[in-house]
Amino acid sequence: MLTKLSLTLKIFITVGYGFLYLPIFTLIIFSFNSSRQVTVWQGFSTKWYASLLQDEVLIKSAWVSLQVATCSATAAVAFGTLAAVVLVRLGRFQGRSFFSILTTAPLVMPEVITGLALLLIFVGLEQTIGWPKGRGILTITIAHITLCMAYVTILVRGRLSDMDRSLEEAALDLGARPLKVFMAITLPLISPALLSGWLLAFALSLDDLVIASFVAGPGSSTLPMVIFSSIRFGISPQINALATIIITGVALGVMVAGWLIHRKKY
Amino acid sequence: MKEILRKVQSSFTSPFWAIVMPYGWLLLFFLIPFLIVLKISFSDLKLGLPPYSPLTEWVEKGVLTIKLNFTNYSFIGTDSLYLLTYLESLIIAVIGTLGCLCIGYPMAYGIAKADPPIRTLLLMMVILPFWTSFLLRVYAWIGILSPHGFLNTALKKMGLISTPLILLDTTFATILGIIYCYLPFMILPLYASLEKIDHSLVEAAYDLGARPFQAFLKVIWPLSMPGVIAGSMLVLIPAVGEFVIPELLGGSQTLMIGKVIWNEFFTNRDWPVASALAILMLIFLIIPISIFQRLQERQVRFLDAN
Repeated sequence: MLTKLSLTLKIFITVGYGFLYLPIFTLIIFSFNSSRQVTVWQGFSTKWYASLLQDEVLIKSAWVSLQVATCSATAAVAFGTLAAVVLVRLGRFQGRSFFSILTTAPLVMPEVITGLALLLIFVGLEQTIGWPKGRGILTITIAHITLCMAYVTILVRGRLSDMDRSLEEAALDLGARPLKVFMAITLPLISPALLSGWLLAFALSLDDLVIASFVAGPGSSTLPMVIFSSIRFGISPQINALATIIITGVALGVMVAGWLIHRKKY
Repeated sequence: MKEILRKVQSSFTSPFWAIVMPYGWLLLFFLIPFLIVLKISFSDLKLGLPPYSPLTEWVEKGVLTIKLNFTNYSFIGTDSLYLLTYLESLIIAVIGTLGCLCIGYPMAYGIAKADPPIRTLLLMMVILPFWTSFLLRVYAWIGILSPHGFLNTALKKMGLISTPLILLDTTFATILGIIYCYLPFMILPLYASLEKIDHSLVEAAYDLGARPFQAFLKVIWPLSMPGVIAGSMLVLIPAVGEFVIPELLGGSQTLMIGKVIWNEFFTNRDWPVASALAILMLIFLIIPISIFQRLQERQVRFLDAN
């Protein structure tokens, strides 16, 4: 138990977790408030949840966000895994360290710069080769793949380095082709990293406001963009209700994923 | 026929494609875009879409000239508002990073010292907010800090204040928001390096007569340095370019470079100046980014070697 820790540390931990969670709890509590005022409690109500279902702009943007997040998480896992395999298993090749830096760079780049840079390449490409036509779901997805790939590469790279290599070598010795070895041995062994990579990419894509705002076109507003423009007009209990739904969903997802990964490990 | 099929198959499974696909993607959608930002930062503002003039022009037959103009940069250099903005972004980010370190270090230390089942739970509780919407976590603070918000109402009820404190739309709120949102980024690398510390070293220090504070200063703190640096860079770099937090919590009095780039781009539609500002910000960040990259490389190399 925590008894081992000194009193000061316990206080720090309690205050720290209070700081992390108190704002989230206020969001959840006031989503059930019947008053439009978000700070004065006037009685229990679920009407803000009902009004969410009637907000067509919000629902349409949530649909756009889910599509983008599903596509970009899947592609990011594919590309990120390839990049990690290349870096860990292929040994030295020309430009390896440059490639390695390039894979983690999107992670530390300020979003405003990434967003601006991606918009400019889309505009440039459209001018020179006519693709992608205009901006919308496709350009947001491409932007998110680039961002999320970096996270997946790091996760999978860690897992590949930890992995026991003798299994792959045994399969190769028994005459399996490299692709077969990768599909039958490597992929199942790194699957927990692929799962957590996919979930992380999905959450990142669903959460991104800045990059999406740069590369989105008319009619392709994502959920964070719609939330952002409504927050600018002030607080609304409807946003609190939406936040509660998102937080509950994410918490359940993380717990299930944590349980799955934990169970596989032991 | 079979031979050709096999050839096609092997060409697809060769490592060549495994390298080209992710590498090509990153070159096209990450590296080249930055070169374009650099290029456009040297061009003129023009009406129309895209709102900038091309750098290269065919003047006469076969004569290609490249026009570089530095007006965007000299414009930024002469307007002291931009310089102040860079400075303020840096100061806010540094204070935010130090705040994260002060709160995050004891937390990470406590987590590392807790028993395994509790440790897993505590770690998961640090990661959980990181997965929920960033935007909504910032939004939560509007409700807490606004004049009729949660905090002011509570303070008034306790009789501590009579008129509401101005907390929202201040630089203070921006720093608080940065600390709140980036705390998990600080705790996780700190935890990773604190957890690795061999406890017998600390005990040896005690045996040799060190007091707890001395043992911390001479043994634990230096050994946790990789975590301190990694965590600080993970907070500092995105915090300098932060847009959402100063926009929602900072009001008009807080100037941060992410916000200025956003406004130049979306409100003034001045793409060349926005690009020049982005390039200058990158130059500002090149030192912290390269520190972080080097640390990351060393860690990965250590992983690869084992």
